[in-house]
Amino acid sequence: METTIEKHTISVLVDNEPGVLARVIGLFSGRGYNIESLTVAEVDAEQKVSRITIVTSGTRMIIEQIKNQLDRLVPVHRVRDLTDEGPHIERELALIKVAGTGDRRIESLRIADIFKARVVDATLSSFVFEMTGSAAELDDFIGLMRQLGLVDVSRTGVAAISKGAASL
Amino acid sequence: MSENKLTGAEIVIKALKDQGVDVIFGYPGGAVLPIYDALFKQNDLRHILVRHEQAAVHAAEGYARSTGKVGAVLVTSGPGATNAVTGLTDALMDSIPIVCLTGQVPTHLIGNDAFQEADTTGITRPCTKHNYLVKDVNNLARTMHEGFYVARSGRPGPVVIDIPKDVQFAEGTYVPPGEVKHKTYRPQVKPDLSLVEQAVELIANAKRPIFYTGGGVINSGPMASKLLTQFVRMTGYPCTNTLMGLGAYPASDRQFLGMLGMHGTYEANLAMHGCDVMINIGARFDDRVTGKLSAFSPDSKKIHVDIDPSSINKNVRVDIPIVGDCAHVLEDMIRIWKARQKRPDQVALKQWWAQIEEWRGRDCLRYVKTDPIIKPQYALERLRELTRKHDTYITTEVGQHQMWAAQFIPFEEPNRWMTSGGLGTMGYGLPAAIGTQIAHPDSLVVDISGEASFMMNMQEMATAVQYNLPVKILILNNQYMGMVRQWQELLHGSRYSQSYSEALPDFVKLAEAFGGVGLRATKVSEVDDVLNQMIDIRRPVIVDMCVDQKENCFPMIPGGRAHNEILLGPADQMGEETRAGEATPEEGMVLV
Repeated sequence: METTIEKHTISVLVDNEPGVLARVIGLFSGRGYNIESLTVAEVDAEQKVSRITIVTSGTRMIIEQIKNQLDRLVPVHRVRDLTDEGPHIERELALIKVAGTGDRRIESLRIADIFKARVVDATLSSFVFEMTGSAAELDDFIGLMRQLGLVDVSRTGVAAISKGAASL
Repeated sequence: MSENKLTGAEIVIKALKDQGVDVIFGYPGGAVLPIYDALFKQNDLRHILVRHEQAAVHAAEGYARSTGKVGAVLVTSGPGATNAVTGLTDALMDSIPIVCLTGQVPTHLIGNDAFQEADTTGITRPCTKHNYLVKDVNNLARTMHEGFYVARSGRPGPVVIDIPKDVQFAEGTYVPPGEVKHKTYRPQVKPDLSLVEQAVELIANAKRPIFYTGGGVINSGPMASKLLTQFVRMTGYPCTNTLMGLGAYPASDRQFLGMLGMHGTYEANLAMHGCDVMINIGARFDDRVTGKLSAFSPDSKKIHVDIDPSSINKNVRVDIPIVGDCAHVLEDMIRIWKARQKRPDQVALKQWWAQIEEWRGRDCLRYVKTDPIIKPQYALERLRELTRKHDTYITTEVGQHQMWAAQFIPFEEPNRWMTSGGLGTMGYGLPAAIGTQIAHPDSLVVDISGEASFMMNMQEMATAVQYNLPVKILILNNQYMGMVRQWQELLHGSRYSQSYSEALPDFVKLAEAFGGVGLRATKVSEVDDVLNQMIDIRRPVIVDMCVDQKENCFPMIPGGRAHNEILLGPADQMGEETRAGEATPEEGMVLV
């Protein structure tokens, strides 16, 4: 039995109807699968279609199961494994609040500049930074801010899309 | 009422009729009163009043499994819906098409903790194939038709439609079934032909093949069973059925090895273990079948035909996965087999059959006959003989009696055997027998039961009496939860914790109290007479068959063990069996 754990990013198109997110989440909790991140929003208001992006991990067999189980849900239109299907972009947005004065405050601003994080709120004793990037880049930035007065983080989870002209 | 407008309740009734429903099993309550009122005003749709909502679903399952149609259920909100949950889960696990209508508090009260309110769609989400809450009467007809489509298409399953009371009163437009098409749900029924071709090549070149077929063949319809029988006979290969698949291949055929799995036959399990090509049609490599996964049929190439892609490679990695409906796949297999003029390796096949016959020669279902004490196996052997000429349907509860029934009652055709496989629901058999009898009023319907299981839904005797349904409840009464006792004996040092059926009622008097007939046999000499009476009486009958209290069900593959580590019963004189407890590995003990 293979035991290598793989991390996969899966895109799911669903009917935007009541309970559809509960179905997806219930599937993961009921069958003991991991969710590392999950994002959802309507992407076609006319057709009432939402796109869910799930980052999950498991053995190859589990990943295949997850995709098949998702595909089996009645309101699910399409399931695509972006990790398997080739090059794709993953992005996450975070809002990061840092409080402090003096050198630490200046240092946080300098580092934010290096990471291309934007200041979206400032007081005399705090900043809120907005940063977009890969999950790993956000981790790095947040890790540095932790030493400079981090007080709050809000992250969106991963949104992902394949490269090139093809649609999902 | 304005023209072309119907109330929600009337839409429900009209949709049920248009979906071909002639019987609905249910129990009224505050939140479904408008639907009951609409039922009252018509005569085409028959309502069967059960005594507990769980039984309504099981009865609908019995109806569905014995007819191949969708079973219909109607229950009220709150406790009505929560009581139905066990039945719905049972139907989900065994892939039985059910549409269950639940009443709901009026839309403006939803979320208000109103009287008899429960979050029905929330509670039933994991135990249904799909569910709906209908908040607008103009979506009701479409949802009803869609619900039936989802329940019966692809891998069948239960669907809940939750209908608030104000929606039942409101007026809306009816749309007939033909105009409703599901937006996206289109299960694949036709297989990928190139995979079928590969499968046929593998099958034709097998040296030690076996067909391992399951409930998917039954669910596909009677044609699938015919095609399976045809194909198996064309190849000359052995065939074993799962618990859910019994009847798909005629039990009397020499190529049939009996049921496989935890309490399956010696020959079926060893053939599975030793085969070089396994042809799985409509079975799902359930843990009752595979035993220890790492030792499951180690040297075989595996073909898996399933309509549900998520069943493939779930437990066991297979070499040729074929997604499709069993009948379609079998049809293609037969066509390609004929076109390519396939002929199996007769020398190898002869050797394989010689090996299988040697295993079969162990006569693994043999038991020590006693007199006057009735062995449960003996009672079932007599039932088999005495019902041979009858048009018989068998349901069971769950436990030892269920496994003995699977071992000792032969099924020649599909849809004759109704048992709770996946969920293992005690209390399933009596309501399922009621549903079966409703569908087949002139047939003999026997619920093979245990005294403990029977008591879980015995209130349904009143339903049987009310509708004059001549169901026969054959209780193999050993005064124990027999399967629990067996496991305690084998795995827990014979510490019979809470498994003795203390304070049992007098089942003969109980039958009479309900207005049925009670019979009892306590010794071998009484068995035939009691069974004959049971068969002949055209009323609900409870038979209290007092059997050996300590009999165990063999063969048995204890948890965590492989097929070739199967235990045989005390009647087997070969003397190589070990006691289950001594040799069960620790990881096996935690398994159920």
